[in-house]
Amino acid sequence: MVDISTDYIYQVRLTTHISAVIGSLTHALFTNRVNARGYSVNHPSVQERIEKKRQAALTGGGQLRIAAQHKRGKLTARERLELLLDPDSFVEYDMFVEHRCSDFGMEADHNKYPGDSVVTGQGRINGRLVYVFSQDFTVFGGSLSGAHAQKICKIMDQAMMVGAPVIGLNDSGGARIQEGVESLAGYADIFLRNVMSSGVVPQISLIMGPCAGGAVYSPALTDFTFMVKDTSYLFITGPDVVKSVTNEDVSQEELGGAKTHTTVSGVAHRAFENDVDALLNLRDFFNFLPLSNKDPAPVTECHDPRDRLVPGLDTVVPFESTKAYDMLDIVHGVLDEREFFEIMPNYAKNIVVGFARMNGRTVGIVGNQPKVASGCLDINSSVKGARFVRFCDAFNIPIITFVDVPGFLPGTAQEYGGIIRHGAKLLYAFAEATVPKITVITRKAYGGAYDVMSSKHLRGDVNYAWPSAEVAVMGAKGAVQIIFRGKENQAEAEAEYVEKFANPFPAAVRGFVDDIIQPSTTRKRICRDLEVLASKKQTNPWKKHANIPL
Amino acid sequence: MAAYRSAAGFQRVLHAVKHVCLSKQRCGVIICRYSTVYDPTEKTFDKILIANRGEIACRVIKTCKKMGIKTVAVHSDVDSSAVHVKMADEAVCVGPAPTNKSYLNMDAIMNAIKQTGAQAVHPGYGFLSENKEFAKRLAAEGVSFIGPDTHAIQAMGDKIESKLIAKAAKVNTIPGYDGVVKDAEEAVKIAGEIGYPVMIKASAGGGGKGMRIAWNDEETREGFRFSSQEAASSFGDDRLLIEKFIDNPRHIEIQVLADKHGNALWLNERECSIQRRNQKVVEEAPSTFLDPDTRRAMGEQAVSLAKAVKYSSAGTVEFLVDSKKNFYFLEMNTRLQVEHPITECITGLDLVQQMIRIAMGYKLQHKQSDIPINGWAIESRVYAEDPYKSFGLPSIGRLSQYQEPLDLHNVRVDSGIEEGSDISIYYDPMISKLVTYGKTREEALKKMEEALDNYVIRGVTHNIPLLREIIVHPRFVSGDISTKFLPEVYPDGFKGHMLTAGERRELLATAAALYVAAQLRSQKFLGDLRVSVVPAESRQWELCVELDKGLHMLGVSRSGNNYTVEIDGEKVEVSGEWNLASALLPLTINGKHRTLQCLLRTAAGEITLQYLGTSFKLRVLSKLAASLSKHMPEKVPEDTSSILRSPMPGSVVAVSVKPGDNVAEGQEICVIEAMKMQNSMTAAKAAKVKSVHCKAGDTVGEGDLLVELE
Repeated sequence: MVDISTDYIYQVRLTTHISAVIGSLTHALFTNRVNARGYSVNHPSVQERIEKKRQAALTGGGQLRIAAQHKRGKLTARERLELLLDPDSFVEYDMFVEHRCSDFGMEADHNKYPGDSVVTGQGRINGRLVYVFSQDFTVFGGSLSGAHAQKICKIMDQAMMVGAPVIGLNDSGGARIQEGVESLAGYADIFLRNVMSSGVVPQISLIMGPCAGGAVYSPALTDFTFMVKDTSYLFITGPDVVKSVTNEDVSQEELGGAKTHTTVSGVAHRAFENDVDALLNLRDFFNFLPLSNKDPAPVTECHDPRDRLVPGLDTVVPFESTKAYDMLDIVHGVLDEREFFEIMPNYAKNIVVGFARMNGRTVGIVGNQPKVASGCLDINSSVKGARFVRFCDAFNIPIITFVDVPGFLPGTAQEYGGIIRHGAKLLYAFAEATVPKITVITRKAYGGAYDVMSSKHLRGDVNYAWPSAEVAVMGAKGAVQIIFRGKENQAEAEAEYVEKFANPFPAAVRGFVDDIIQPSTTRKRICRDLEVLASKKQTNPWKKHANIPL
Repeated sequence: MAAYRSAAGFQRVLHAVKHVCLSKQRCGVIICRYSTVYDPTEKTFDKILIANRGEIACRVIKTCKKMGIKTVAVHSDVDSSAVHVKMADEAVCVGPAPTNKSYLNMDAIMNAIKQTGAQAVHPGYGFLSENKEFAKRLAAEGVSFIGPDTHAIQAMGDKIESKLIAKAAKVNTIPGYDGVVKDAEEAVKIAGEIGYPVMIKASAGGGGKGMRIAWNDEETREGFRFSSQEAASSFGDDRLLIEKFIDNPRHIEIQVLADKHGNALWLNERECSIQRRNQKVVEEAPSTFLDPDTRRAMGEQAVSLAKAVKYSSAGTVEFLVDSKKNFYFLEMNTRLQVEHPITECITGLDLVQQMIRIAMGYKLQHKQSDIPINGWAIESRVYAEDPYKSFGLPSIGRLSQYQEPLDLHNVRVDSGIEEGSDISIYYDPMISKLVTYGKTREEALKKMEEALDNYVIRGVTHNIPLLREIIVHPRFVSGDISTKFLPEVYPDGFKGHMLTAGERRELLATAAALYVAAQLRSQKFLGDLRVSVVPAESRQWELCVELDKGLHMLGVSRSGNNYTVEIDGEKVEVSGEWNLASALLPLTINGKHRTLQCLLRTAAGEITLQYLGTSFKLRVLSKLAASLSKHMPEKVPEDTSSILRSPMPGSVVAVSVKPGDNVAEGQEICVIEAMKMQNSMTAAKAAKVKSVHCKAGDTVGEGDLLVELE
C-alpha cells in the first residue's frame, strides 16, 4: 500500500485552494519516494484517486446542489465551518468514509460521496479547541446514514477523552430511509454519546436547516440549541403528517420555526438572523464556556474596572413596591461592559438568565424580571432557570442571582400543569449547585420563592440585600388578612407589618443575608467575592446520580 | 400609602451619604467664576423653598448653599429620588407625577412652605414662576416671592396688556391687534387686516407653546384651533391674540435686573435665534449682530419698560430684530430664563444671588458701568429628543449611562439628572444646558465641539447630532442666522452629519481598527491551564466594512496601539488606548485628535460609532464573512406607508377616523400630545382605514401602532 502518512489526511484544509496546494505537495513527495524506492507503476493512479476523492469530498453534493443551498439563503457545510473556526485551524476526519448501503441502487458509484453527508473534525475558536460536525444538505439532503452517525460518534468520543466542547451544525432531512434500522441505530449511537458527554463537555447545537423526526433528540439532549430564523425548523413530525393525523393545518414555520421554539415551546435557546450572524455569534458565545467540566470558567482580558461604582443602581428600584422596573438595567449595569449573552430572551420572560463576565471571568446570571408578570416564578420560568443553573454548576461557572420575586404564580393552570414538581426543579438546581453562588435581593423575596432563589439556606455563599429589600412570607396585605382575620383596623395592622417585615432587617439580623449594601457598590462587591470564592471547594455526598424531580 | 415601602427612611439615609460625594463631584464645575462676592455677614433668608424641579432647582440650590441658605425641594412622587431632592436640605412630596397635581399644585406647595417654615420661594422658570395667583398667596402668607411683584407679573404676563405698556414706555412694538380674538373666523378677518404672515399666540403663553404662524386663511383657522387647545392645556387660559409676523427675524433678548428701589440695569443681550418650533436650541451671549449703539438702545428701552412696570428681580425683555437692526418688543419674561448662564458667564454676576438679594430688599450692588462683556459664551440645550423628526420630537427612557464633559475647562453643565434617572413623559425632556466659554467666540465654539463629543448619554435618543451640526455650520459660524435658520439650512429635515470623503475614511478606519482590537482581545485568555493556540496575527487584516449600504475593502495592519488602515489606496493612521469598556474613544486620526463614542459593538460585526456628533451604523466583517454574506436572504422590512405609528411617547388627544373611512394623503388621522405639544398625525397615502388601535385618552409609547390603512 501507499505509505501516505495519516497526518496528511488530518491536515487537509478547508478551502479547495489550500487543499489543492497540499495535494500537489503530496504528489511531489510521492513521486520522489517512488523514484527512491522503485515502486510499481500503478501508484500514480492511487494518488490520482486520492486526489479525486478529496476533490469530490470538498464539493459535497456538487455545484448544482451548492447553488441550490445558496439560493435558499444557506451556506454549505464547509463554508459554515470555515466561518465558525479560526482560519486554517480545521482538521478534518473521515473525509474518505462512504455509506455502506447496497439497497435501492445506493451501491452505484454515482450515489457514493466521499465523506458522505457530514463534515467532521476539530478546530479552534479564538485559539481554543472544539470538535465539530456539520451536516451537508447537498448530499442526500444531509440524511443520516450509518456512516454519517459513525463519523459524528468518532469526534464525540474523542472530544470526551480530550475534554473539549462539541458543536453540531444541523442541516439534515432526517434518517437515510434506504438504510432502515442502520440509520436508526446511528441516531441512538449519537444520543447515547450526547448523554454520556452531558456535564462532561459543553455541547451546542445550531440548527441551520431542517431537523425532524428522531433527529431532534440530539439537539434536545445538548446543552444549548440555537436556530437560524426563517431557514431552520425542528419538529417530531412535519406539517403533512400533522394534517393526516390531527387534521390541523399548520406551516413548517409555525410548527417548528425559530420563533415558535424561542417564544412558545422553549426548545431553542436563541435564534439568529441568518447563517453568518449565527456563526459569528456562536464564536462569541463559545468564549464564555470552559472546555470541559475539569476546566475553570474562562477569564478574558477585562477593560472595565472591577471596582467601578454604578450610580444608576441607587435609583433603579422604584419607591412603590408595586411598580415594575427592568431587571436588565441592573444586570447590564453590574456586568463587564454591559455585555450580556442572554439565554432564552423571549421565553418565560419573567426570569432572565444568561452569560456575562465579571472582571473578565465568566459568570451565569439568574434574575427575576419584575417587568414581566411581576417576576413571579411559574412552570416555564422555573424550568428555564433550573436548566441554566445546572449547566453553570456542571461547568464551574459561578452563579449570580438577582432576586425580586413576589412568589409562585397561583391558579389552576399552574397547579394542573404541575407547578409543584416544576418549581421543585429550580429549588433542586440551586440547592445542589456547588459553584460559587452570590445572591442580591433587590426588592421582594416572598414566601417559598425566597427560599428557592439561591437563598442562604440553600448554601448561598454571599447573600446581599439592597436597602429596598423585603424578605417576608408574603406581601403586607395578604399577611394581615390572615393574621388579623375578621378584625378591624386592618390598615393599622398592615402598616405595622410593613414596618416590621417590608425591609431587609428581619433577614439581616438572623444572618440570612450577609450584608445590606448600597446598590451602587454591587459590582465592586461581587467582583471581590468572586475572587475570594474562586478557590471554593464543596462536594455533595456520593451518589450514582441524583433524582431531580423531572 | 401602604404601597410605599417603609424602607424609605433608610433610603433617605443613604441619599444623605451619597449627597456628600455628589456635591464633591459637582464642586468646581461652574467655570464662569462669579465676580460678585457672597458676603456672609449680609443678612439673608434662612430657608428657601424651590418650587420647581430638574436643573433649575439644582441651579438655585447651588447658589443658596454658597449663601449659607437652607433649601427645601418639592417633588412629585416619581421624582422622589431626583437630583434636586438629594441636593436640598429638606424635601416635601407635593403629589403624583402629572404637573397639575404636583408642581402646579399651589395648595400642596403652600403646605410644604408652612411645614418647613421656608421664608421665601424661588419659582425657577415655568410652572408657577409667572403665576400671579401664586405670588398673591405667598404675599398673603408673608412669604417672599423671589421674583417681581404681582403687578409686574400680571402686566407683563398678559401679552395684550404688556404691549400697551411697552408702547407707553416708548418701546418699539410690532403692529398687530391689541385684543383677544374670539374665534377662528374673527382671526381670519383680523389677519386680513394686518396682512399675512401673522402670528397667533396664547395671551398667557411663553416658551413657544400655543404659538402658530399662518400664511393664509386656512392656516389661520387651523392655527387658531391648535393654539387654543395648547394654550388651554398648558396655561389653563385659551385666550389668543394675533400680530404681524416679522419674517426672518433674529431673536435677541436683554437681561434686566431691577431692585425694589427703582434702580434697574441691563446685563447685555442673548442671541436666541436658533429655534425649532419657536423653542430655543442654541443661545449665545453676546450677539454677533449687535453694534454697541443698538445694544445700548435695546438695553435702555428694556430698562425703561422695567421701570414702567416697577419691575424688581431679574427679568428678560425679548425683541425681534430684523435684518436692518430694527428691533421690536416681543414680550417680557418675568422670571429667570433657561439661558441665563451665558449672561452669567460674560458678566460674572450670579443672577440667582442677585434675585435673592433683591427679594430681601437690598439695593443693586452694581452700576450700569460695572457691567462688562467678558469673552463669549454659548449654550446648547441638550434634549432627550429625536432630532431626525422635525428637529426634535421627545423621547423617553432611562439614562443607562450618563457622563457630563466636566473634566474639560471652561465647560459648565446645568443639569438635574444623573446616571439612572428616568426621562419621563410628564416633564420637559431637557437633559441639560451645556455651556462653553472662551475669550473669543471661536474659542467658545471649539470648546463646544469638544464638549459635545465628550458628552456620554445612553438610554435615550438625544439631540447632540443636531447641536454638533449647528455649531460648525458655516452660516452659524459666520453669525448669519435668524429664527428660520433650521428650516432654511435643512429644508428636508435634519439628516445628520454629511460625511466628506476624508471623514468617511476616518470613520471606516476607526471601525476597522476597533474591530481588530476587539478580535485580538477575544483571543486573550488569562490563567487558562490548557494552552490555547492563538493563531499568529496576520500581518494584514483584510476586512470589509459596510456603511450606508456601501461596501469598502480595507487592509489593516497593526503595530502596538497604532493601526494603519488602507482604504482605496489612501492610508489612515489611527491610534489610541482602545479601552473597549470606555464609553469614550479618544483617538488620534491622521495626527488630529478626535473623540468618538462606540455606541454598539456586536459579535456579528455591527459597530455604531458617534462621530462628529452623529451616530453611524457600520458593519465590519472579515473578507470571508463578507463574501459569504452575499448568500444571505434579504429580510423584507414592513411596509410603513400603510401603518401609522406613534413617533414619540405621549397621549392620544383625538382620533379623527374610524375603520372603513377613506382618508386622503396628508389628512389628519389623530392627534398625539407629548410634553404639552400637540402633534397632528397624518395619512402617508390615500387609503381606506383598516383598523384603529387607539382611542382618545390612551397613553402610547414610541413606535406603538395607532392606525392601519389598507
